[in-house]
Amino acid sequence: MPDSAQQIDWPSQIFDVLKEYDVRQVAHVPDAGHARLIKMCEADPAMRTVTLTTEEEGVAMLAGAYLGGQRGCLLMQSSGAGNTINALSLVKTCRIPFLTVITMRGEWGEFNPWQVPMGLGTRAALEAMGIAVHDATEPGAVRDAVEAAAKLAFHSFQQCAVTISQRVLGAKAFKD
Amino acid sequence: MQQLERRATVRTLLSNRGDMLCVTGLGGTCWDVAAAGDSKMNFYLWGAMGCAAMVGLGLALAQPDRRVLVVTGDGEALMGLGAFATIAVQRPKNLAIAVVDNEHFGETGMQPTHTGSGVDLARVAEAAGFAATTVARDDAGLARATAMLREAPGPVLAVLKVDTAKQPLVMPPRDGAYLKDRFREALLGKAAID
Repeated sequence: MPDSAQQIDWPSQIFDVLKEYDVRQVAHVPDAGHARLIKMCEADPAMRTVTLTTEEEGVAMLAGAYLGGQRGCLLMQSSGAGNTINALSLVKTCRIPFLTVITMRGEWGEFNPWQVPMGLGTRAALEAMGIAVHDATEPGAVRDAVEAAAKLAFHSFQQCAVTISQRVLGAKAFKD
Repeated sequence: MQQLERRATVRTLLSNRGDMLCVTGLGGTCWDVAAAGDSKMNFYLWGAMGCAAMVGLGLALAQPDRRVLVVTGDGEALMGLGAFATIAVQRPKNLAIAVVDNEHFGETGMQPTHTGSGVDLARVAEAAGFAATTVARDDAGLARATAMLREAPGPVLAVLKVDTAKQPLVMPPRDGAYLKDRFREALLGKAAID
């Protein structure tokens, strides 16, 4: 990864896009890759940041938010995408704008084999449910991918996911 | 043990509802709320089992000045038990959950659910940290539960123990996009189609 790419502050860029699109409810099951973004959302008094027990709760919560006139975003890791599958029928059937930003495990330099099946299956599983998936495989691509997905979701009433590769995050280091 | 009649129970919960917003579970509670009288302020889930309480949370957070009542079944609530914890931590003052509990999966052949084997959803919600909970088995209990669901600072949850008598099928509209649009238009006016 070139030094310039290392310096791109993509978590702040995602936060700026969420603000630009007036996202008011942020639901998450934490992931190390989302840690900085979650902190920024929690620190923003105009955002309600909600920790979930499982990711399908977030799909439901953001559907409720939209019914009530607020936009939302679900932050999760790729393993959590698998937990959302049937809940996605809610936002699909009701044509509710839906945005999720997914940090990947199991697809690039993964150490933990248990992460690999869902990591390799994330895109296919989401696409099987009719979700538009934008990949960000380098730091400089994250902002544009999230912005494009937000536009598709909130202006065109679609259900969209952005995946952020371990090539951006760095594979998790299993060290003390 | 004494049980409530489910259609009359749900009718009681929703009578003179004012501007209260209502989210249903799928199956029995969807038909019950439709039978009590369709409203643009009802959002019916026809699927997405386990999601009703969390749809209620997102709605309650977005509309803090409106009472939000989730009317769902025991099977639906059991599928989303984690939501009790998430809701309790958020402490939405305007969110109330009514579990219409017949101790069975009514849509799939009346197989028993865990609530008939000792799982007490009111105590689960209480342990999670709900502001108040109750179990109603008779008219006096239903009156107390209704007052709590309508007025008490949330999050509150009432388990309403109802019978298993077969009820006529009363179906609300089932196009989700229509249900969502009419709900938003009734609630938000022109901003709904922004």
